[in-house]
Amino acid sequence: MKSGILKPGQATPLGKFLAGSAVALYALVAMIPLVWILATGFKSPPDSISYPPKVFFEPTLEGYVNLFTTRSRQTAEYIESLGPPKSWYEELVRRRNMVISGPSRFADRYWNSIVIGFGSTFLAVFLGTLAAYGFSRFKVPLKDDLLFFILSTRMMPPVAVAIPIFLMFRQLGLSDTAAGMILLYTAVNLSLSVWLLKGFVDEIPREYEEAAVVDGYSRLQAFWKVVLPQMRAGIAATAIFCLIFAWNEYAFALLLTSGTAQTAPPFIPIIIGEGGLDWPAVAAGTTLFLMPVVVFTVLLRNQLLRGITFGAVRK
Amino acid sequence: MAGSTRSATNRAAAAATRFSAKLRGVSDASIAWIFIAPTILLLLAINIFPLLWTIYLSFTNFRANQPGRPVRWIGTRNYERLLGSEDIWGYLQATAHFVIWTMILQIALGFGLALLINRNFRGASFWTTIILIPMMLSPAVVGTFWTYIYQPQTGIFSYIIDFFAGTGALDMIGSVTLAPWSIIIVDTWMWTPYIMLLCLAGLRSIPDYLYEAAEIDRANALQKFWYITLPRVLPFLMLAVLFRGIENFKMFDLVVELTSGGPGSTTELASINLKREAFEKWRTGYSSAFAIILFVTIFGLGNIYVKVLNKVKS
Repeated sequence: MKSGILKPGQATPLGKFLAGSAVALYALVAMIPLVWILATGFKSPPDSISYPPKVFFEPTLEGYVNLFTTRSRQTAEYIESLGPPKSWYEELVRRRNMVISGPSRFADRYWNSIVIGFGSTFLAVFLGTLAAYGFSRFKVPLKDDLLFFILSTRMMPPVAVAIPIFLMFRQLGLSDTAAGMILLYTAVNLSLSVWLLKGFVDEIPREYEEAAVVDGYSRLQAFWKVVLPQMRAGIAATAIFCLIFAWNEYAFALLLTSGTAQTAPPFIPIIIGEGGLDWPAVAAGTTLFLMPVVVFTVLLRNQLLRGITFGAVRK
Repeated sequence: MAGSTRSATNRAAAAATRFSAKLRGVSDASIAWIFIAPTILLLLAINIFPLLWTIYLSFTNFRANQPGRPVRWIGTRNYERLLGSEDIWGYLQATAHFVIWTMILQIALGFGLALLINRNFRGASFWTTIILIPMMLSPAVVGTFWTYIYQPQTGIFSYIIDFFAGTGALDMIGSVTLAPWSIIIVDTWMWTPYIMLLCLAGLRSIPDYLYEAAEIDRANALQKFWYITLPRVLPFLMLAVLFRGIENFKMFDLVVELTSGGPGSTTELASINLKREAFEKWRTGYSSAFAIILFVTIFGLGNIYVKVLNKVKS
């Protein structure tokens, strides 16, 4: 936080206190939905749909157990005949007259999100670094038009592009494959990665490379040994932004994947299950899915402005 | 990059040396193209090629679920049908209602918060970070869990509003009058931080001496706001509003999970209708034409966006 930017007449202690209270109040109210979801993950299904909504409740891991398992309802006699439960989670499930019939697909979907997220982030940052360096350091014909073209690819509504991509992937055998989704997310993220990284390269003084070239380095050596090490922080920040985008993406995932390559966002809404009442499981899945993003947001807080404006606004 | 072992770095460096030795005499221009070409090619393949294909499809009667059926060129009939259809105007109206109200609410809240945060009270940075969290979350997942929060009988939203305002149970998602507001509220909850962050950047770009000079000229608080603060923040605010306006114009994920366009078609925004036409009714040609119309609109807005962006930069 920069100091010394107090405007005259705004710095009275009372004014500060009131401003601080108002902002804190907004923040606390805005946090209610997230805290509520976190709490719901630890409620029992009846507690999650009680009236009035329960603020105090007996925490249980039933939601998390339901999230990771599929269960079937059985008669009390049948459950009796199985003998004592072998684990704490079996016991939880049997209290509802259910037995575990296998793992749910949540872990697979989560894993898909990780693979597709990291795969596309790596590619987008790799290609983006090269392109950003090219745009920053060389005279490229039609540079501004190319940069605008790259940015404009982000403006297309995903649903509009999804029609031909759906057809294209069907032709190429990429429908519902991780490879297809990685390629697609790479293309979507390239606009962000090129624009952000170009900003970071622009900030590195050219003199460093020029000195290196005078010392006998080739252009590529100078890029590798002088520029890249200086870009580390920028590359890390860009990578996190790309990762968060790929992690959060829903429209393409919904329209282009169904089974094997489906990521978590289209899957979480269908966890709801039997009777549409299993909110704790949905909340548990939501919590596990959102947690990494919250952590990254806190880590990235000083780069956030840059990330959300494609590198246009820096401080 | 970081944390690679020394030997790996050396090997990689040696590889780069060999590579560059091969390329010695290669001009800067060719390096530039080698660096830029992969990006451009990938974007051509995954963005421009599909776009051209969409344009072609928009003049045909193609249906993606019947690949064997002969494709007929039908000229501009899809466009004529679209522009003559009352429903389309309904969807565009719903979209406009959503965009306009989210922008108004988010500007008011976001600018207000930024002015408050700019007073640099203790803990400002902590609270700012907390406020920023919602905008980084997955809109689809946000939509999903807000359906729970919006449950009319058991949800906490209805309970809190009823507690303070005595409204009784509110069926935010099921009621025709409330559903359009339900999506506006969630979008505002999620994206106010975006406007706030950009306004804050604008406020911090104002040099102190302007206020000091105004002080000497005995300007009052309102005059200072009107003649110094507002003009300086405006480009940042414009940037934020354009960017969010474009994003909300093509809004899909949040609303699909929240209301899926209902009840009836009260919250059926343009993108949601597009998805229904393209992937449920499989009218590929017709929906391609709609996609092109949406794209042209957004592209126009995008051009303005880039102009503002360049102004902010300089």
